[in-house]
Amino acid sequence: MKRIVILGGGVGGTLAANLLVKKLAKRIDRGDVSIAVVDQTGTHVYQPGFMYIAMGGEQAENLERPERSLLDDRVQLVVGEVDRVDEAARSVALKDGTVLIYDQLVLATGSRIVPEAIEHFDQEAHHFYTAEAARKLRLALDAFTGGRIVIGIAGMPYKCPPAPLEVAFLIESELRERNLRDRSELHFCSPIGRAFTIESVSEMATPILAEKGIELHTFFNVEAIDPARKVVLSLEGEELGYDLLILVPPHKGQQFLMDSGLAPAPGGWLPTDRNTLLVGGRPNVYALGDATDLPLSKAGSTAHFEAPVVAERVAAAIRGREPSGKHADYEGKVMCFFEIGDGKGTLLQFDYAHPPKPPKPGRIWHLGKIVFNKTYWHTVPKGRV
Amino acid sequence: MTETSASPAITRTIDARGSYCPGPLMELIRAIRESQVGDILAVYSSDKGSKTDIPKWVEKAGHRLISVEAREGYDEIVIEKVR
Repeated sequence: MKRIVILGGGVGGTLAANLLVKKLAKRIDRGDVSIAVVDQTGTHVYQPGFMYIAMGGEQAENLERPERSLLDDRVQLVVGEVDRVDEAARSVALKDGTVLIYDQLVLATGSRIVPEAIEHFDQEAHHFYTAEAARKLRLALDAFTGGRIVIGIAGMPYKCPPAPLEVAFLIESELRERNLRDRSELHFCSPIGRAFTIESVSEMATPILAEKGIELHTFFNVEAIDPARKVVLSLEGEELGYDLLILVPPHKGQQFLMDSGLAPAPGGWLPTDRNTLLVGGRPNVYALGDATDLPLSKAGSTAHFEAPVVAERVAAAIRGREPSGKHADYEGKVMCFFEIGDGKGTLLQFDYAHPPKPPKPGRIWHLGKIVFNKTYWHTVPKGRV
Repeated sequence: MTETSASPAITRTIDARGSYCPGPLMELIRAIRESQVGDILAVYSSDKGSKTDIPKWVEKAGHRLISVEAREGYDEIVIEKVR
């Protein structure tokens, strides 16, 4: 019996499991192969929807489904929190005492937010990286009657790189609709020397920021928040006053990956081969999604395009052959929609060799994002797109 | 490119080779946060953008750029933490 253990029931883990069933169905049915997905809660959450709780009337309950309902029946679902991976014993220990032995291990453990890394973050800053935080941001926007809104990024890397720009654009649109724009200032703070990490996207977004009257502050790395003066301070020595502060919280990889010697501290991102997705040169440990240290968007889309490669490589290892076909290697493919505001969007599609060339913003890309979000449950986790 | 006649002793080296923009800058920023005023930091970067991005950040952040040197397959950027 060959045992495949997948840690994480998000986009990457769920899709990889279902694709592996398709590839190894006969062996699973014969009892030669088993696939287990370990998930901390047993609930699959569609995180890209959080932004729409804050910006688009989305409800948290629409963004959750039982993980069991998304997995093929031949995949075992284990609900529990991982304590440690023991590479020598090829085992995963859960905090409830369960021990799972693996031949092939897939780490799809995502990222986690650590707002507590910045003092006063929780009291002063809003964000949209949990359903509850997004709901609170919606309430704060509803109560906003004009003033200064500062939107920034309090640590890199973070999930869904376009999201803070999208939020800036969407809030600007909303303020115009509510006749609050002339009583408001909008500031966007980027930790690097331009609006966005990818140069071509930055070149697209910077004129839109200017057109919408959103002031861009580059090289603004959030260092501290002073709640008494209502200012956010940067490492570079600048400070910006705010009436409403929206910050992407710092992110990290999972603690158990650092504790198990799989990922270095303090970030906890897994050292992952950009093509094979193998972790740190190990022959039987793969990573995908947010958990990797790859220079790519931490986004469901990345996991979506990495999962077929992990499935092909794991299946090939089980069958004792070389990976083959179009999913033998990961070429860095990512595709995501990007909201511009006023019912318009654009598309970012790229890979390692081809930077994105975003099309002219239009209604079709905004609608594309809405349709994708609504149909996600029936398409992505089941490998239908 | 700048160069001093007497190279100061490097306090800490950040080997960001193989990391892509903005990785080397972010690693430098992390190291700056952990360093003392007067420390000399060297960044090794194979990302072509670093030799322009890092000096721009150093100027904005009020630190001192000591040198930018092309090495074999990477650039070495040396700075002093000033404040």
